[in-house]
Formats: sequence, C-alpha cells, structure tokens
Amino acid sequence: MHDVTSDLREAWEQELTASPARPQPPTTVSGMPIDALYQDFGGDEFDSGGDLGYPGQYPFLRGIHASMYRGRLWTMRQFAGFGTAQQTNQRFKFLLEKGQTGLSTAFDLPTLMGLDSDDPRSRGEVGRLGVTTDTLDDMQQLFADIDLEAVSVSMTINAPAIVVMAFYLAAARERGFDWKKLRGTIQNDALKEFHAQNEIVFPAEPSVKLVVDLIEFCSEQVPQWNTVSVSGYHIREAGSTAAQELAFTLADGLHYVEKSLERGLDVDAFAPRLSFFFNSHNDVFEEVAKYRAARLIWADALRNQYGAQNPASWKLRFHAQTAGCSLQDKQPEVNLIRVAYQALAAVLGGCQSLHTNSMDETLALPSEHAVTLALRTQQVLAYESGATNTVDPLGGSYFIETLTRKLAEEVRQYFERIDHKGGMIAAIEAGFFRREIADAAFAYQRAVDAQEKLIVGVNAFQEEEEPKIDILQVDEAVESDQLAALQKIKENRSDNDVRRRLDELRCVAEAGGNVLPPLIDAAEARVTVGEAMDALADVYGRFRPGEAW
Amino acid sequence: MTERSDPQRVLLAKIGLDGHDRGVKVVARGLRDAGFHVIYSGLWQAPEAVIQAAVDEDADWLGISLLSGAHMTLIPELLRIRDEQGAHHVGVIVGGIIPEEDAAKLLEMGVAKVFGPGTPIQEIVDFLSAQDDRVEQS
Repeated sequence: MHDVTSDLREAWEQELTASPARPQPPTTVSGMPIDALYQDFGGDEFDSGGDLGYPGQYPFLRGIHASMYRGRLWTMRQFAGFGTAQQTNQRFKFLLEKGQTGLSTAFDLPTLMGLDSDDPRSRGEVGRLGVTTDTLDDMQQLFADIDLEAVSVSMTINAPAIVVMAFYLAAARERGFDWKKLRGTIQNDALKEFHAQNEIVFPAEPSVKLVVDLIEFCSEQVPQWNTVSVSGYHIREAGSTAAQELAFTLADGLHYVEKSLERGLDVDAFAPRLSFFFNSHNDVFEEVAKYRAARLIWADALRNQYGAQNPASWKLRFHAQTAGCSLQDKQPEVNLIRVAYQALAAVLGGCQSLHTNSMDETLALPSEHAVTLALRTQQVLAYESGATNTVDPLGGSYFIETLTRKLAEEVRQYFERIDHKGGMIAAIEAGFFRREIADAAFAYQRAVDAQEKLIVGVNAFQEEEEPKIDILQVDEAVESDQLAALQKIKENRSDNDVRRRLDELRCVAEAGGNVLPPLIDAAEARVTVGEAMDALADVYGRFRPGEAW
Repeated sequence: MTERSDPQRVLLAKIGLDGHDRGVKVVARGLRDAGFHVIYSGLWQAPEAVIQAAVDEDADWLGISLLSGAHMTLIPELLRIRDEQGAHHVGVIVGGIIPEEDAAKLLEMGVAKVFGPGTPIQEIVDFLSAQDDRVEQS
C-alpha cells in the first residue's frame, strides 16, 4: 500500500535540505541541537499513549494546581537589599506600595559569609550588595512596621541561614507575632554553594547537618515556613547548561530528603515545605521544558522512591528569577526586552513566584526607576499578555513535550553519574559539579567568541555611542554608620550572657543536637552573626577553597 | 638583548569575599589555550597574599576579578602593597562589574586595563601580547 504521509515527509525533507541555513547553528542556549521539526512527543517515559495528565494531579507535568493562574497569579517578588537595615526597610515599603506581593531580602557579602561588619575581611563590602545584618537589632529594623503575619518574607542566605533564621524568629517573637502564622522562605541550600555560589563557611557534611536542623525545627514550630529553597539559579549563573541546573538541583533536593529521613523525620512532615528556585534564561522553550521536567522527576522520586503519601510532598513548587548572567552592560535598556521574554518562559512553565531583573544590574544595584520597570514587566505579563488564561499553554506541543522528556532523560543520566562517584558529598569532594559547570561555561564563551551565538550589542548590532543610564550609588557612610551602631550594641549587651549563650551553643553542637534553639537564645542576648558562626566553626571546622579551574 | 619567547606568566586572583568565579575561570582557560602560563589563586584572597603570590610565582601580570563592588577599597590597597613590595613590574588588569567612572580612576592609579562584562577572550590576549616588553637578560 502506498504511504501518503511518508511521501509528504520525503518532499518536506528534500525542500528542507535544499533550503539555505543561517550561519548560527540551531542549538539551545545550553548548546543542545534542535531539529527542524518535531512530530511526536519523543518517548513515553511518563505517560502512556500521549496522555499528559491533568494539572494539580500526579505527576504534575502540566502544573501543580488545577486552575494555575486562572485562580491566583504568581507572587511578584523582587529581591532587594542594600545599605543599612533602615534603608532596605524603606525599599521594602516602596515595593509593597507599588503592588509587590511578597518581600525578598538580599544580604551583604559579610553577612552571607557569616562575618560581622567590623571584621577586617568585611572592609569595603558592608551594605554594598545587600543589607548588612550583625545582630537581632538589625533584623528588627529591617522589618519595622511590616506585619510579618500578613506578608510572606524570603531571605536569601545559606551558610549562616540557621543563624539568620534564629534572628528572624527572635525578632518575630519580640514583636508578638505567632510563629505558626509566619509565612516565607529561607534559601538554606548549602549544597549549591559548593557547586557554584561559593558562600561557604563549613565543610560539606556539617553544612548539610545545619540545613536539616532548620528543616527539623521549622516543620514543627514554624509550619508554614519553606525551610529550603533548593536552588538551581546560581548553578546556571555559574555557566551550567539547563540540564545541569536541573540535575544538580534535584540531586541536592533529594540529598536533603535522605538526610532528613536519616534524622528520623516523617517525609510528609517536611517535604511539602521544600521549595525550589530556578533560573529563567534566554531560551524560552528549553526553560519551559526544564520546569515541566523538574515537576515530573520530583513527583516520581518523592512518591515512588521515598514513599510520600501526601500529594503536597510530591508537588515541586518553584520561584524563578530571570538570568542575571544574560544581562549586558552594552545598550543596557535592551535588557528590559531580554527580561520580558525570560519572564514569559517562567510563567509558561508554571512558576509560583517570580523576580524580574532590572535593566541596570550589570552596572550596579537597581535604581528605583529600573526596579519599577522590572515589576511592571510582570504586571503586563499577568494582566495584558493572555499568558494566564489557560493552564500549561504549551502542553501538547511536540517540541515542548520532546524537550521535556529529553531533559528528564539527561537528569537521570546525571543522577547515575553522581551515584557512580559515590553520592553527593563524594562527588563534591571530587570536584565533579564544579568541573562540569566550568566546562559548560567555557564552551558557551567559545561559542559567543566564534559568533555561533549572537548577543545583541555585544558581538552583533553594536552602537558607537553607548547611552548612559542613571545608576544607584550606595552611600559610602553605610560602613562607618554600621560600625558605630555595632560598637554601641556591643557596649550595651551583657558580656556574661553572650559568653554563656555561646558556650551553650558549642555544647549543643558538640553533642550533635539541633542548634537552632540555642541560636534563638543567643540572638536575644545580641550575639552577632560572626560570633555565632565562629562558635559553630569551633565544632564543625572550616571549609578551605581549592585552586582548580 | 632579544625578546623572550617563553610564555608570559599570569596570576589570576579573586580578592575580597566575592564568590563569582565563572568569569575568572573562563579567562584562565582562555589564556591557557592562547599559550599563557596561568595560575589561579582561588577565592577570598587578601591583597597582601595576592601580591606575595605574584612575586613568588614570578608573574608578569596580575588579573584581579571582582564583581562585589568593593573594587575602590581593595584595588587601591593592592596597588599600594605592590609598590611597597617593589613589584612594579607586575602589571595589574581588572575584570568584573566596574562602573565607568571607577574604571577611569583605577587606570589613573596604575591599573593597566579594566575589562568589563562581555569582553571576548581574544581582546585580553591581544592586550597582554601587545604589552609584552620582556627582554632576555644577558
């Protein structure tokens, strides 16, 4: 019998072969080759006969809620923080006034590294990339006049996460808020620091132990708090591919699940409060596929491998942030356009919250003008674009479904390689993740240098004259103001109390106990971040960075 | 006196608390592939330690990567220590997020060149090669 379809395909293939090809090879931003046309779903690993399932139902390929944005929009959450706690508190109030629906806190580098403002290593960095936080008083100032039972608060901090969480809980209690009503997220993802972000204080094993301490304490005492935001964002920023971002992040999440189970926790008591944080890069389709694959793999692992019974444990909820590394300092206003497409990808992929970068972020921290435009980008997407009208608008596209399955397959291959290296900690110690990421970053730079990838304003369509845009200047007085304030706190606190609280903290750490309760007591005695971290380092030791590249 | 043909030695370093090392690692590989002898300091170096390493390694160039905004505190200090140690022959180049006005000040203070985000590796290679004024000591 004569096959009409194959005739048609042959005719198309002939015409395709005869057509000219552009000089830039058709690959994703991660370098994955893309076919000219897709005509099936590329395998049936997760569905039978092309059945994609329903949103809100296992395995959540099409989204974690039945109604998605028809019911409730994503949370528009812009990351902010600079200068003193008082300055950031003002920026928070400005953002809430403009219609932002949640807060997200950026801390300065000394805080992220667990150092006080008066440490010599902090010189020049105090309040520069985020808000400076030395003691409970800074935390009080940061959220002054903000109703912590009404607004959800995200805090991006990792190595000292447990110390900062103790400050937050102590601050909430001093103001009379009920811990059970607090909503928010602490990043608390130590593992990705070892892969990419490099804000590391303790060696890998005790770092994970502290992550689990926070999970254990909060799943009981602060039940609405997201205890880890398992983050691929920084892995991607460090130059990984989409598949690496996905694989390493999910592997990190699963490692926390295993360690929490080893602690004796019930999977359904903590898994619903693990959330995720992914990058939203330039390649719209690859990103949408990445988020869909993430949901499939997580749901499958939690249900089938770890025996979770509660559907909330199976659902992968994620925050997305547009890709900082995609922004350019040439023709910076063009960044607005990049960010808009990246935001579209996150929404088409079903994110629960979103940060859109400001156009000026390769030059400095965002100005109020730039951050307003970034937020407006989300509002246009939400209310004008139509992207929110139906659930999983790209579901069933041959291309998206094939990419989703392909990414899921690459993740499974990476899981095998990590197992083969002896598991997460052994793979970290062998430098596996860093090497994979650095290889990908170098390959990308090579592709850009060879003009296989064109970047507007950088290696194509350059302008002779660069337009100037106004940028935010951080007040140089921040550092000296903060040092003076810290000095005053140190003079007014009881040295005896401080010493006693730090001794108790060391004792609990030595005994292998959960250090969050003694940290809350220490916070109330105005122990500083640096003092608490030093006490923990006495017990856990310190990480030493390598020189491999 | 003849020009030296052995590769120029470049010490790349991260100073301060900034952990963004994507750029510095890409530059390290790129310069190595272009024939330079490359050493990388690792993260979180103090200016004194970096100058000491540059002297110990007999580096021709010191490439500082900084994305934290602390450059106007740390780079002048680094240059001062370099000069105090009598290591003027070590040229200093800087890469990272450096606003234009700050870049101009750094050049005035004695930085040889500031490379911003998106710089092709070849541009760095060309700059270092053009500046190569080393001669055989007879």
